[in-house]
Amino acid sequence: MAELFVYLSGILLTAGVYLVLQGALVRMLFGVILIGNAMNLAIMAAGRAAALAPPIVPPGAIAPETAVANPLPQALVLTALVISFGLTAFALALVARVHETWGTTHVDLTDEPETEDLSVSASEGGAA
Amino acid sequence: MIGIPLSVAAVFLVAAASPLIVSRTGRWAGWLLAAAPATLFAWFASRAGEIADGRLWFAVDWVPSLGVRLAFALDGLSLTFVLLISGIGALVVVFAGDYMADDSDLGRFFGLLFAFMGAMLGLVLADDLITLFVFWELTSLCSYLLIGYKHEAAKARAAALQALLITGGGGLALLVGFLILGGVADTYALSEILGMGATVKASAAYPAILLLVLLGAWTKSAQWPFHAWLPNAMAAPTPVSAYLHSATMVKAGIYLLARFDPVLGGTALWLWLVTPIGVITMLLGAVLALGQTDLKRVLAYSTLTALGTLVALLGLSFPEAVKAAVVFLIVHSLYKAGLFLVAGAMDHATGTRDIRELSGLRRLMPLTALAALLSGLSMAGLPPLFGFVAKELTYKAKLGFGGGEMLLPAVAVLANALTVTAAGIVAVRPFIGRSSDAATRARDGTPALLLGPLVLGAAGLALGLAPYLVGQRLVEPAISAVLGAPFEIELSLWYGWNTALALSVGTIALGLLVFLRRHSARRAIERAIEALPVTADSVYGGGLTLLTRTAAAQTRLLMRGGTSIHLFVILAVAGLLLWTALAPLTGLSAPPMPRADWVAWILAALVVLEAIGAVRARQQLAGAAALGALGFSVALLFLLAGAPDLATTQFLVETLIVLVLVLVLRRLPATPEPRPGAGRRAGAAAAALAVGGGFTALMLGVVAGPYDPALADFFANASVPDGKGRNIVNVILVDFRALDTLGEVAVLGVAALGVLVLVEGVRPLPADRAAWESPILDVVDRFLVPLLAGFAVFLLWRGHNEPGGGFIAGLVAAGAVALRVLASGPAAGRALLRFDPRVYVGAGLLLALVSGLWGPLLGFDFMTGVWTEVPLPGGPLKLGTPLLFDVGVFSVVVGFSSAVLVKLEERHG
Repeated sequence: MAELFVYLSGILLTAGVYLVLQGALVRMLFGVILIGNAMNLAIMAAGRAAALAPPIVPPGAIAPETAVANPLPQALVLTALVISFGLTAFALALVARVHETWGTTHVDLTDEPETEDLSVSASEGGAA
Repeated sequence: MIGIPLSVAAVFLVAAASPLIVSRTGRWAGWLLAAAPATLFAWFASRAGEIADGRLWFAVDWVPSLGVRLAFALDGLSLTFVLLISGIGALVVVFAGDYMADDSDLGRFFGLLFAFMGAMLGLVLADDLITLFVFWELTSLCSYLLIGYKHEAAKARAAALQALLITGGGGLALLVGFLILGGVADTYALSEILGMGATVKASAAYPAILLLVLLGAWTKSAQWPFHAWLPNAMAAPTPVSAYLHSATMVKAGIYLLARFDPVLGGTALWLWLVTPIGVITMLLGAVLALGQTDLKRVLAYSTLTALGTLVALLGLSFPEAVKAAVVFLIVHSLYKAGLFLVAGAMDHATGTRDIRELSGLRRLMPLTALAALLSGLSMAGLPPLFGFVAKELTYKAKLGFGGGEMLLPAVAVLANALTVTAAGIVAVRPFIGRSSDAATRARDGTPALLLGPLVLGAAGLALGLAPYLVGQRLVEPAISAVLGAPFEIELSLWYGWNTALALSVGTIALGLLVFLRRHSARRAIERAIEALPVTADSVYGGGLTLLTRTAAAQTRLLMRGGTSIHLFVILAVAGLLLWTALAPLTGLSAPPMPRADWVAWILAALVVLEAIGAVRARQQLAGAAALGALGFSVALLFLLAGAPDLATTQFLVETLIVLVLVLVLRRLPATPEPRPGAGRRAGAAAAALAVGGGFTALMLGVVAGPYDPALADFFANASVPDGKGRNIVNVILVDFRALDTLGEVAVLGVAALGVLVLVEGVRPLPADRAAWESPILDVVDRFLVPLLAGFAVFLLWRGHNEPGGGFIAGLVAAGAVALRVLASGPAAGRALLRFDPRVYVGAGLLLALVSGLWGPLLGFDFMTGVWTEVPLPGGPLKLGTPLLFDVGVFSVVVGFSSAVLVKLEERHG
């Protein structure tokens, strides 16, 4: 199952990067969500994901009696999921605020003022 | 011996307390603060008898995994430096207390000065390469802050930056040299390395080590061609120049050469690298000193001469040369610090440091004149001052090199003669003749301004008359430390009639001759400097300009404006790097065919279709729906992989993400932004394929590699006995890796604050826009919300043993809040919560933190789980701090989700 997760992870990463390069904030956010899913699958793959029993010790036992799935990547991905919820919510609030301030949600239209600032400081740096 | 690190620590403590002491004691601060270095001086001086028998040391492990120790040792060489640092330090502090009494920021000044003192003590006492390096860098940093102390002046800032870049660059070279040296010696312990000279010199890395260590010494001790920063550092307040840039810090490079002589010195390479550089610096300083009109700059260039002399002597490396170096080191520190303080006193009394405006001060400032004369005579090397002893030894050493080679003594005579001239210019000329205009109101300063110059001048006289005072107790152990073998000496003022004495007489005569022609000499040197096509300063300035221009050009090239271009550059480069790293790897044959059952294949196909849907969706809502479906498919895949906790979390998170997406998207225009053109799309696709393909290849390599199940086995076997829980994933989250989880919930808390602040600036939805009206929602709301809330508590409780836990329970509860908000409005959501969402976040974080503090209270590490059993009829009930921690996690997740949901739906007016 690990190889399947790797391929899926690669496909989702490709789709995610493509979306991130589209320039519209909402589509970029979709891309970030896809990349998050890709990385979770990759972590599971690196932990050698396999169709095994959940990592739960049977009542009364000290350790699992049969082969169980690797618990560590699960713990890592679980927190990553909750963090990605936080990230998405924050990014969405940011998108809403950007739309409020600039009237658009396209990155290249929103960062025009910043570009002018940069060129000024760059020319100063060159002359110094 | 614990006293050594304690003394260093004490100085840093005084540094921290300086602002407070200054604000409480005002004008007496200098005297009071000086007590600290004075005490150190007395304490270390009383240890002089003990170190004759061997090194005293102290060490504790610092980074044991790297073999780095916080180690200190005291031997003759260290002691010589420690006494100079603490003794001159005490005098400078007293002087500065009055000299800078009008400064509004005196607390900061003394804080920096004492921090430097502590760093310098640590440097010369360190018995570990890394410890030494850390203190070495700290002195550079303090020097930077002190040169730039008058930070309103652009000149001071530029000089500070120059000193930092040059000495800091040398420091980096030194670090690399130390790391290689530590590798060759297989230890960082200095006392062990000192005995391994033969091994180190025989190793292939010796030339590299030597050059790198020398770069550190050369930059710090301002040797040509790295000397330009030292004269410019005179922008610092005069006490700083006296202390750092003549007596102590610039001697750190000298200390380094002396310290590593047993390991690196004595070879032909050492001789031909070290001595010529020293000779060039010596001559350069001597000549340029005469071209200056500012007292401090004359002194600064003559410091270059002294440093060059010391470096040249240490390069020779034979016993007579080392002896001369150690004696001259002490001599120079005394008279140069004294003369800097005299220059400060003159500046303080007359308001100028221009040598052309100062004359006839001897009647008005008789005590200052006396101090200047004593130090000046020592500088000129006249008997019976200590400087005479040092100069005799220097000549003897240079005459002793190579059997009759006359170049070295000849150059030394020239440099020393010009030093005599410089001594006349700074220590004699301002005091004789008729009083100048600037001098009319001058008076001798307060006792604080006189103490330092007089004591330092008197010390030069006392040691000249009675050199045995330091001969066997200090100089002898220091020489032995440099040579790495016991060495006996007898210092005396009079060695009889010999060649060295003849050279001394010639030196003084030549020096006096130049003194009489000093004005024409100065003008000639000024003209020569102007005619020079390249100076060290112009090279430095050119380099700095080149650096900023290159940075600007690079910025213009890569940051062309427009986030999508920047992102494209970053991601394309990432893809390219991935492939460059992968290309040389073998074993990237045909990609393997994954093995999985048919359910997994169907789910995988769904994931791919949904990803395509998300990419191609014209409408944003359609894209959101595709993403939600994709998340559910991935969740099912997790379920197949034996991860029920993960699958549950993914279901819940996907649901909430889609919900939040919808809430925000309906505030945005329905029509999506225009798509980029075909060219841009093709570029994006190429970058995406490069990154995605490279990552896939990399991960296939990882998965095909060997797998070490040690961690997985540990968690599986320790979960029940140590973590008291059967759900291994949950035990990892709340016990084994609880600190990690604490960090993550803290991130959620910060994100919640961010969302609240951002949404505050967004126009509220119009009041007339109704909530989501739906009879189904209403019914579901009424029945499901209490059910979900109860279910959440159940999941929280059982999570330690069965699938569930704080994250999942929190998300289920958040689902309940979401349902209520959608069906009955945000006010109803708030009513359901009873408290503000922020309270949940804060209380949760606090609870998680408190649960972790239980361990330390009982003597365990932070976040160690503590358990107790409550006897109940149905069997004992196990309660522990990890459960409390999980409740904290639950509360943060509920708070965060509710904050987002309620805030986005809230309407005003």
